[in-house]
Amino acid sequence: MAGQSAGLDKSTLWGGKESPFQTSYGKLMMWFFLVSDALTFSGLLVSYGFTRHDAQEAWPIGEETFNSLPFLGHGYPLIYVALMTFILIVSSVTMVLAVEAGHRMDKKGVVKWMIATIIGGFFFVGSQAWEWYHFIHGSEFGKIELADGSQAIVKGHFGEIENFTVISPGRHHKKGEVIKTDLMHEYQHAALEGKLKKDSITLHDGSVARVNKKADDHMELIVKKNGKKNKIGTKIQGKRAEELYYASLYSGKKDQVIYGANLEQNEYGPQQYAQFFFFITGFHGFHVFSGVVINIIILIGVMMGIYQKRGHYEMVEKTGLYWHFVDLVWVFVFTFFYLV
Amino acid sequence: MERDDIIEYSLHGHHDEDTGKKIRKKIWFVTILLTVITIAEVAMGAYIKQSSSIWPLIKWSFIVLTLFKAGYIVMIFMHLGDEKKALRNFILIPYFLFILYLIFIALWEALAINDALQQNVI
Repeated sequence: MAGQSAGLDKSTLWGGKESPFQTSYGKLMMWFFLVSDALTFSGLLVSYGFTRHDAQEAWPIGEETFNSLPFLGHGYPLIYVALMTFILIVSSVTMVLAVEAGHRMDKKGVVKWMIATIIGGFFFVGSQAWEWYHFIHGSEFGKIELADGSQAIVKGHFGEIENFTVISPGRHHKKGEVIKTDLMHEYQHAALEGKLKKDSITLHDGSVARVNKKADDHMELIVKKNGKKNKIGTKIQGKRAEELYYASLYSGKKDQVIYGANLEQNEYGPQQYAQFFFFITGFHGFHVFSGVVINIIILIGVMMGIYQKRGHYEMVEKTGLYWHFVDLVWVFVFTFFYLV
Repeated sequence: MERDDIIEYSLHGHHDEDTGKKIRKKIWFVTILLTVITIAEVAMGAYIKQSSSIWPLIKWSFIVLTLFKAGYIVMIFMHLGDEKKALRNFILIPYFLFILYLIFIALWEALAINDALQQNVI
């Protein structure tokens, strides 16, 4: 075998020196990894699309589900998640600036931009934690099961609960006592247990109290599960909505309402919706978190001057590839989970 | 021992201050572009309801804009546009072939299942 090439012209031989892709081993392997990771995320998003297409109208709509801002409450559709997207795009920009500084062997520049990237990453992870908290806790109204067996999500402004005035004493509270703390929690707990009546609530210690609550505003029921009368997609507004909602809430039956989300049920739509939300955004959030950790490790290397001595900052470029990939995935999650 | 048979590809990315300036300009341009697209998407999502008659158009424009954003991220930020053409094709073509096929069969099947559910076949 070895002798066969002896007679060949040197220029036609590859010779094993030049790599066909003209890229270093590390960068090539990073691309391989990213392609395989992209396949994983595509698989998740396609399975999401599959479930969504066979559920059709029952599936929740992004702007109805995600419409809250920290400190400001409801009524701001998609603003928060847009802010998260913006944070991630900006941190991707600072990363590419760090890579560019690395190409000029500008150590100070690399350090500066990498720190900015890491801060952006922490902001994103923090925002996602807030969103999860909000998603798990849910809205004040919850999802209600109406008298005909249909289920509807509830939109509108929830009238604030001012206090509970005890009318029949229990183990902790005396008659006439005015309770002003932990109202929402008690209210929702009683609603789940079927212990909420038109004017009274049975608290966890057995005392009965009168509920002083302001009137709700602009209530709207959107049916998400077929019943005997109401079909998916039906919208009921105003007084009629309030009548139906409270008839169920005060019915004295258990579990007429669902607040927030867990892996068994959620107030937004079909059961799989919350599972996909937790899995896809959780898996992405885990990628962001590990990206931040890798960035910190590389930043320490930069500060110690390892790459300056090596003569190139390709490690920054490689961790940058991973970081941009995380941003890339979010662009798709943003579209298919929140917008479409 | 120094080896002269290894090409240090890691050094290929190096450039001088002037080239750096041009690259940075391009980066900021892409930043503004991505931000504007995101704002436009959110505005469309917030103000146009899914029940509206132009929703299918909006939905497809979301998908097109997303692919547009993704293209800029991959080609500019991840520098895939600056790599060898062979590497670029080698990464993108098999991926797209596989994923387009996966999307097609998954969504087609989902619609069939929905049809069957509507008609109480299963």
